[in-house]
Amino acid sequence: MAAAGMGQQWVLVEMVQAFYEAPAYHLILEGILILWIIRLLFSKTYKLQERSDLTPKEKEELIEEWQPEPLVPPVPKDHPALNYNIVSGPPTHIITVNGKECINFASFNFLGLLDNEKVKTAAQASLKKYGVGTCGPRGFYGTFDVHLELEERLAKFMRTEEAILYSYGFATIASAIPAYSKRGDIVFVDEAACFAIQKGLQASRSNIKLFKHNDMADLERLLKEQETEDQKNPRKARVTRRFIVVEGLYMNTGDICPLPELIKLKYKYKVRIFLEESLSFGVLGEHGRGITEHFGINIDDIDLISANMENSLASIGGFCCGRSFIIDHQRLSGQGYCFSASLPPLLAAAAIEALNIMEDNPDIFQTLRAKCERIHKALQGISGLKVVGESFSPALHLQLEESCGSRENDVKLLKRVVDYCMNSGIALTQACYLEKEEKCLPPPSIRVVITVEQTEQELDKAASLIKEAAQSVLN
Amino acid sequence: MERPGRAAAAAGAQPRANGCSGAAHGALRNGYVRGLPAHDTQVNHIVHNGGLYKRPFNEAFEETPMLVAVLTYVGYGVLTLFGYLRDFMRQWKIEKCQNATEREEQKDFVPLYQDFENFYTRNLYMRIRDSWNRPICSVPGAKVDMMERVSHDYNWTFTYTGRVIKDIINMGSYNYLGFAQNAGTCQEAAAKVLSQYGAGVCSTRQEMGNLDKHEELEKLVARFLGVESAMAYGMGFATNSMNIPALVGKGCLILSDELNHASLVLGARLSGATIRIFKHNNMQSLEKLLKDAIVHGQPRTRRPWKKILILVEGIYSMEGSIVRLPEVIALKKKYKSYLYLDEAHSIGALGPSGRGVVDYFGLNPEDVDIMMGTFTKSFGAAGGYIGGKKELIDYLRTYSHSAVYATSMSPPVVEQIITSVKCIMGEDGTTVARVQQLAENTRYFRRRLKEMGFIIYGNEDSPVVPLMLYMPAKIGAFGREMLKRNIGVVVVGFPATPIIESRARFCLSAAHTKEMLDRALKEIDEVGDLLQLKYSRHRLVPILDRPFDETTYEETED
Repeated sequence: MAAAGMGQQWVLVEMVQAFYEAPAYHLILEGILILWIIRLLFSKTYKLQERSDLTPKEKEELIEEWQPEPLVPPVPKDHPALNYNIVSGPPTHIITVNGKECINFASFNFLGLLDNEKVKTAAQASLKKYGVGTCGPRGFYGTFDVHLELEERLAKFMRTEEAILYSYGFATIASAIPAYSKRGDIVFVDEAACFAIQKGLQASRSNIKLFKHNDMADLERLLKEQETEDQKNPRKARVTRRFIVVEGLYMNTGDICPLPELIKLKYKYKVRIFLEESLSFGVLGEHGRGITEHFGINIDDIDLISANMENSLASIGGFCCGRSFIIDHQRLSGQGYCFSASLPPLLAAAAIEALNIMEDNPDIFQTLRAKCERIHKALQGISGLKVVGESFSPALHLQLEESCGSRENDVKLLKRVVDYCMNSGIALTQACYLEKEEKCLPPPSIRVVITVEQTEQELDKAASLIKEAAQSVLN
Repeated sequence: MERPGRAAAAAGAQPRANGCSGAAHGALRNGYVRGLPAHDTQVNHIVHNGGLYKRPFNEAFEETPMLVAVLTYVGYGVLTLFGYLRDFMRQWKIEKCQNATEREEQKDFVPLYQDFENFYTRNLYMRIRDSWNRPICSVPGAKVDMMERVSHDYNWTFTYTGRVIKDIINMGSYNYLGFAQNAGTCQEAAAKVLSQYGAGVCSTRQEMGNLDKHEELEKLVARFLGVESAMAYGMGFATNSMNIPALVGKGCLILSDELNHASLVLGARLSGATIRIFKHNNMQSLEKLLKDAIVHGQPRTRRPWKKILILVEGIYSMEGSIVRLPEVIALKKKYKSYLYLDEAHSIGALGPSGRGVVDYFGLNPEDVDIMMGTFTKSFGAAGGYIGGKKELIDYLRTYSHSAVYATSMSPPVVEQIITSVKCIMGEDGTTVARVQQLAENTRYFRRRLKEMGFIIYGNEDSPVVPLMLYMPAKIGAFGREMLKRNIGVVVVGFPATPIIESRARFCLSAAHTKEMLDRALKEIDEVGDLLQLKYSRHRLVPILDRPFDETTYEETED
């Protein structure tokens, strides 16, 4: 060691001596070489970007040259969605569509509360007291005593700690999801989930994992995958929130989610469940509390329930309910809650009265169920059309048994069935979707909506008429 | 054509935050002229924009005084320190924790909230929570009744005493034209429709929810706006968030004002288009972005943009500023982009005939590609609309998310809009008195506040009047002191505003009488002295052409 050190020192001394003895031109040459190396080291050997030093004139030319696409592409004049049905008068049990009087099998007025005199009277009283609009968001003098009352009533009805109101049904779940699930979080969602859920997920910018519709094995597979992923990176896993988002009664398929299995998976994999109950609220369960009551599940096992008040309650708006720990967060973080004007008081009053009616007449749900089952049975065995959905679902789908090749033609065919029924006094509609926007586009279908106002004769008439229409159009 | 924004350069000053010269006063950001004779920024502006503006455009954002800014930061510092202290005490169970907690069964789940997320809510917002969500129990007109509530646990919970505080002067609701009424033609018409149609609709526009009333409303709105066609939606927020994605998508560019409302931001985000932000109402910033975008095309792929959409609002609800629409339109034309104008606060509230910011500047509505607005504010109803060319509306009728998936508007709400729009248009026999009254109230109220020495933001014609409070403690104090004096005001702080620019906001209404405004002004003056809010360093020279009589004016001038 010591010898080596000595040796090195000696070399250094020799070098210095050599330096003194070297001729000047040599030193100069070496100096230049060293400078050259330094320059090479510090100068960029390649250009990161082709520099486009355009002259102002060239820029002007580019701007002159650029031709944008038109703001919107032209819509073909015969586009099926361009000309809406025009409903003159109230959209109640008997509805006038395009000038023709029909029995309504299209509006989600399951409990017939749209035309209810008590509801109207309550709304009138509210209108007399508060006027129409609220002129402000909840934070800024847009909180009315009716809103507080409705929130309390909804919470009590659903037997949860707290409920929060939104002024638009669509915005409810679409705002609730991004209030909790953020970038980097993981959401497991049923592929049949409705559009509002899809938009909420998109706004959350979370990691989205679709599982096959109602396929618990597929969901568990994804959860397991995630578990192994988590074991690889436990630090990240500790801060990654996970959610399962499902619907109680699926808008797009008419069937219900297997909630008991979902709850098992929830505790097994420690995932929170958000439940969209827009169709099942006020429909399923002995008292209309929805899918949790239907399965007899403790509502506290569901982290968040969201529903709109635009179907059973026949008002406008939506609500979320659950434990205060969860719901309260939306009062500052739910975008549709904070930044939107609150629900017009008359609509809140209508919803309160509708809740009263639901509480006073719990057999209404049994009646609805019987009617659903009746038409469900009557619609079986139509050649060319298959019934999709649970027998107790008040919104069921009729799909073509065999597609005739293209979606466009299927839609046209179904439209002829709808028109046939409409001409004979039964108002039906196809389920409308934005074909390019849907994650998993459901096949085209006619949606049949059952309400308690429809009599047994009307139900039978509708079923036989649909059969007749299918026969004449499809065969 | 003279390029907009040249004014600043010509005036020999640095371009300032608002695309206008600050030559006259270092402290003025927006070429605002306050009756001081010598300063000609305004004149410059008109000249250098090739006469784009037909009327004076006076907008002020007085700079925050240095001392106030420092004190504000100190205030937040103290609050944060105490927040940590109390969190520490809560952790060691010295102080009772009032937070709602996770279920026992789910304690081992990944926490739903990160702790620091709630630090602000728990330690700052909670202290002054009583200034928001105050429940009212009457029509939100010029005067409201409020439910009295008290908190025995420092705002963690409220209990209602059952008493009602009557006749609070309402300076908070967006009731610009005073259509929040529970009597009169609008209410009667709405009541009639309610008893005929019921409250809800239970279907979407494309399915079975397209009522004759909706069609009537849309035709009327199109006529009111002076556009070919219009479509109405059930919620103002959703009008933005659900329609912007139908208009632009991948490969498109959105240029958005930095202070745009959350709904525009959400809509832009959902669309999948690239979003770039320009400085608030700053035309140089916008032009630079436009030019760069066209010259450079899309990042990485270098393809030209499919289309460029500019998103602006008519009146910015937190700043009280009015969009520089003539310049925006000039830029939009020059750079072949499309303009989306959100008139949530300006429709009804601006312009000689109440037709919004386009009317205010005397422009052609056809120059705005997408005219969006809400019915919540000036019309005292709910919902939103989009107006424009027939092709645009046809497209939206087919592809708008709202039309396909959301329940259509409630018929009585629709009727309220129909009658109030007809009233503004003077078709029900009344005149445009409401619009004029609002304009007068606005000018009077703003002028008086400035004379008192408050820092007031925004345009002199904007009925949204922000009064700067700055310090966090003053947010709560101002809200409470005003309520004590029976005046309901809105106070806002972070995150709705920049952290040091907390403010109170008044929204004027045509329903405010002079007596109400004077009382409100007197109380604001008093509270202003009490809380030392008169920060303005510019003394206002009284202007003689006041809309109201001299006597009241001199009373308070002391």
